[in-house]
Formats: sequence, C-alpha cells, structure tokens
Amino acid sequence: MSTITQDSTAAHDDHHDDHHHGAPKGIMRWILTTNHKDIGTLYLWFSFIMFLTGGAMAMVIRAELFQPGLQLVEPNFFNQMTTVHGLVMVFGAVMPAFTGLANWLIPMMIGAPDMALPRMNNWSFWILPFAFAILLSSLFMEGGGPNFGWTFYAPLSTTYSPDSTALFVFSVHIMGMSSIMGAINVVVTIVNMRAPGMTWMKLPLFVWTWLITAFLLIAVMPVLAGTVTMVLTDKYFGTSFFDAAGGGDPVMFQHIFWFFGHPEVYIMILPSFGIISAIVPAFSRKRLFGYSSMVYATASIAILSFLVWAHHMFTTGMPVFAELFFMYCTMLIAVPTGVKVFNWVATMWRGSISFETPMLFAVAFIILFTIGGFSGLMLAITPVDFQYHDTYFVVAHFHYVLVTGAIFSIMAGAYYWLPKWTGNMYDEKLGRLHFWCSVISVNVLFFPMHFLGLAGMPRRIPDYAVQFANVNQIVSIGGFAFGLSQLIFLALVIKCIRGGEKAPAKPWDGAEGLEWTLPSPAPYHSFSTPPEIK
Amino acid sequence: MAKNLANANRKLIGWLIAAAIGMFGFGFALVPLYDVLCEQLGINGKTQSTASSYEPVTIDRNRTITVEFMAQIQSDMPWEFKPEVTRMRVHPGELVRTNFKAKNLSINDVVGQAIPSVSPGQGAAYFNKTECFCFNQQRLSAKASAELPLIFYVDPDLPDSITTLTLSYTLYNITDRGYVGAVEQGAAK
Repeated sequence: MSTITQDSTAAHDDHHDDHHHGAPKGIMRWILTTNHKDIGTLYLWFSFIMFLTGGAMAMVIRAELFQPGLQLVEPNFFNQMTTVHGLVMVFGAVMPAFTGLANWLIPMMIGAPDMALPRMNNWSFWILPFAFAILLSSLFMEGGGPNFGWTFYAPLSTTYSPDSTALFVFSVHIMGMSSIMGAINVVVTIVNMRAPGMTWMKLPLFVWTWLITAFLLIAVMPVLAGTVTMVLTDKYFGTSFFDAAGGGDPVMFQHIFWFFGHPEVYIMILPSFGIISAIVPAFSRKRLFGYSSMVYATASIAILSFLVWAHHMFTTGMPVFAELFFMYCTMLIAVPTGVKVFNWVATMWRGSISFETPMLFAVAFIILFTIGGFSGLMLAITPVDFQYHDTYFVVAHFHYVLVTGAIFSIMAGAYYWLPKWTGNMYDEKLGRLHFWCSVISVNVLFFPMHFLGLAGMPRRIPDYAVQFANVNQIVSIGGFAFGLSQLIFLALVIKCIRGGEKAPAKPWDGAEGLEWTLPSPAPYHSFSTPPEIK
Repeated sequence: MAKNLANANRKLIGWLIAAAIGMFGFGFALVPLYDVLCEQLGINGKTQSTASSYEPVTIDRNRTITVEFMAQIQSDMPWEFKPEVTRMRVHPGELVRTNFKAKNLSINDVVGQAIPSVSPGQGAAYFNKTECFCFNQQRLSAKASAELPLIFYVDPDLPDSITTLTLSYTLYNITDRGYVGAVEQGAAK
C-alpha cells in the first residue's frame, strides 16, 4: 500500500522525484520490481518460454507417433512427455500468460496506478520459476518424472508412481499458491481501485472475465492443493484416501480432481472471451453487440462449471440419473457460450472490418473454438462418450479449445497490445505470415485427430495399430509445422521490441478503452491521478 | 483516501484468503461427503462394512434373483482366492450361506483384506450381509488354506428392474500395513 501513497505524492512534486518515473537499471530491476508492467512482462516471457518447452515435448510425442512401433523413446519416457507437456502448457503457459495480460492491462483499463498488492505480485511471479524448475528437474531423476498423465489419477500417481512424485506434488503446490495470490490481487484491484466513474457495467469485458476467473481460481486451486496433498500422504505416509484396501476409493480421486478440473478449463478460456470481446469491436469499428449479455453469460458459465465435473467420468459406472444430470448440465453450458459466439458475429455484422493480425487471430478463434465447442457437445452425450472416451477424439476436442481457443486469443491479444507495450508497431507482414502458417498447420495437426479417435485410436499410448499410420503421419507433419511457426512469433516480438515504426497512442482507429489514452509505450507509471470517465 | 483504500484492501484480502483456506478444507470435506452420499443414495456399489442383523422377513417365493460371485486378487497378493459357487438363484428375503476358498501359496504369513463391490451399484443397498469375511482382516500362515464364510439375504424391496446382482471381492495384501491383532477370528479354521 505504501507504494500507492508514494506514487501519488510523486505525482504532486515530480521535479525532485524523477527516479520514480523511470525503470531502475540492471537485473535487480526485474527481481525486485513491484511495477505491474514489469511483472506483466515477466509473466508473458515466462509463459512463452514454457510454451516452447511444452511444445518441445509435444514434438517428442509427435516424432514418436510418426510411425507405428517404438522408434525414439521408451514408453515410460513417452508417458512422462505427455504428462509434463500437459502440466507445463496448463500451469506454465496458458495460466501465466493470462496473469501477465491481467497485470499489464487491468490497471490501465480501470484507470488505476498499479495493482493493489504490488509486493505480493512480485512474489506470485517469482515463485513460479522455482515450481517449474522442480517439476522439470524431476525428469532427470532416477525413475523419471511424473508419468501418470496431467490428471494424475490414483492409483497411477500413488501405488504405481515414480519416486519423484513428491517433487511433482510440491511444484503443484507452488503453482497453486502463485495462482491464488495472483487471483486475490486481481479481485482487490478491480473491486477497490477502479477510477471514479468506472462503474461495474462500464468495465471492459477483459476486466469482467478476469474478475470472474479470479473467483474461480480462489474457489478451485485450493481443492487441487488438497488433492495433491492426499496423493502425497497416500504415497508416502500410509493414508488410504484413494486406496480401496484401506477403505478409500480410487473413483473418489476422479470426483475431487474434476471438481477442480472442470472450473480449471473455464479459467483457461474466460479471459480469452475478454480479449476477443476487445479485439472484434476494434477491427469491426462497431461497439460490442450485447455487452451486458456478455457479462451475464460469463457469470453463468462460471457457475455452471461447478455442476458438470462428472462428465469426465461417464465410464466409471455412475448411476443413470447421475449421468443424465451431468449430461444435461453440460449441454446447458452451450447456451451462454452460444450467446457469446453470436454476439461476436453480430458485432462483425455490417461492420467495416479490416483484417490486421489481431483480427485474423480473433476470427480464427471464433471459428475454431466453436468447432472445439461442438466436439465438446458430442462428448457430453453420455452414450456416445462411451465410444469417444480416452480416444484421440478427446485429444482433438481439448486442443481445439485450448490451442486454437486459449493460445490463439493470447496471440491475438499480444499483437493487439504489442504497440502499447513496446511503443513500436510490429511487422504486419511477419504477423500475417505467422497467422497463416499457424492456422493451416494447427488444423492439419488437430483436425485428423477427430477421425483417429472415432476409429478407436487410444490416447497416451506410444504405439498404435498400423491402420492409423497414414493419418498419424499427417498429424505429425502438422505438429512440426505448427511448432516451427511459433518461432516466427518469437522473431516478430524481438524485432518489435528492438524498434520499428513508432506507434501512436491509439494505433487501432476502432479501439476503445482507457489504455489507448496513454502514450505508446505506456509510461512506467500511469494514472497516478485517476482519469476522467465519461 | 489512501488510508480508506488500505483498510478496504485489507478487509477484502481477509475475506479472499479465508475463502481460499475454506476451499482447501472443502477439498478434504469431500472425502466423508462422498462416502455419505454414496451410502445414502446407494450408488457406487459400496456395501455396508458391518454385519446387518437378519429380521425374519417374508420370503418372496414368486421372485428369483440370480446372484453371481467374483473373486479377484491384487497383483502382489500371493493367494489363490475363488468362490465355492459362482452363481446361485435365491428368493428375496431368504438367508443364504456360501463360502469363498482362500489358499496362501507363499511361504510367509500374509494378511489379506477383501473389499466388496456390488453391481449394479443401485443394488448394493439391498444386499445385506449378516456375516462376511470382508468385515475383518484375514491372516493365513504359510501354505495354509481357509474357507471364508458369507451369509447374506437380498432385501425384498429390491427394485423390479434388477434381476441379477454380482458381488465382486478384490483381495488386497495388507501385510505391510501392520496386522491389527485380535482378529484371529473364526474364518481361518
């Protein structure tokens, strides 16, 4: 809190307090920083490094699956790759990227000088690299790293797990603490630090979606912490939460895990909705269609997310009434999600649309995320889920919603706000190249997986029957192409930071929001005096 | 102004941290909640873990239920374990006795625990055991064998839709967990 007071005094007599306005130099700037923009940058770079790390693991998986039979890696190492790929992408790439965007943008969007809890903000970032150092180093231990799938079902993670499981548990604890601290910071900032006149229904949708996401994080990350703790005590301290021999129940693991896990998947998509709701109006040069219905739809998705967890476990032998309940609740989620998709399309309707890179990614998001939504609806139908369960159809579904959903929206947001962050325009040609390479390769990568799944290819297995060979080859080629395409993005971002055409305060003529009233690049301290909200 | 903000922040942080801690507790509360719900709703195939007493009920001679028995062992269990009969036809309300056979194939004393599961899950609440070897741990010395008794009756209120009940036992090796003494009971005779 002292930081806030200091900043406001600095605004009053800024001649002899100049050091408050520039960034300190050297490595200590980044280690000790409490500035929301610095921390946002750290989060975004960290998530990009994790994206490439998890991507490298995906390349190992696709290389092994290029041909039937075992070629490159041992089955146990293959299992570690699928597990750690999932963990790194969920907790290391997507979630920190959203937190980074929240740090950069929420204070600027609501007219606040910084996040409400700057020092906790520093902590919540800096414990993350340690969490992932622990997780990744466990791969090099004797017996290997986690190999039980990112969902760590008992008894795979208890009775049959490698000795390094304790490291997995502690790293998940640290990731959870980081997320909870980040979420508390977001809630306090949004509730208490809005500029005067920034009423609830004037909040940009990115802020709204993040507020709701933060509540989801506070509600379910502790449940995940509890689950991993039970795994820890079952494995090392002789408790029997999930061990039938001692009176526990392995099916209960799945209930507790998915009670966390289903809200978690909305944690990874709600901020995307906010980003897309900012970009689509900007490049359609129209106001967002149905603002308040967007807010209510987001809230209802969040509430419904607590009522659908068991659709991940239709094949565990649930009673029919429970299967029906979870099936109908799951299908109900399509209603608020449909409201959103129709609102975006209605926003574009008769707009004067231009297709700069952020808009290209946003439009691709709307189409491809909807495909992922439809395959989700198919999976929600209990009787057919018995066929699709644990096949590549599921893999196709969740990669459509997470890669072409969450990741594409993060890319769209990065392009949209890069001029504000760096003060330079990015290279539009390179951006379009990145988009077209990504959107084509990602569909070559994931679309054929639907057919593999329908034909019965099981997920998480390093070998497969020969009739799947041709399609797997196509999928792998798509995978390599998608992985390489992301290096274009890396080159583009570095180029944009180093220089380029100077960006005006508002590089997109249709953009709306307080962040565009600030000069580009955004000054190190912004809105020391609250802005005027019309 | 700044002071008000600090107070407001502190209050909100307090609430949010309390919520996070509460949800951590809720994760653990799900464990007993799960057991209670499964028991109350009679789902998940869990049968009661203590003996029920047999009150003479009217035996429904018009109805016949097929009861099947299955026995499985966990991979690290050096026993042979199988039901004496794999399938029998009983009337609801009728008290029936059957046996499972167990043989310790190893040269060590081994303690086992059998965990029952009834399928279909909704039938579990109607499957009443007045005596079962699964209520206790079973110890068999090296190369010894035993007949493990099971006495049960099917509740006449069993829904009409259920005509077959399958009772499956999985036998776990719990020697390393420490044998709770005094359970040297009638089974291993």
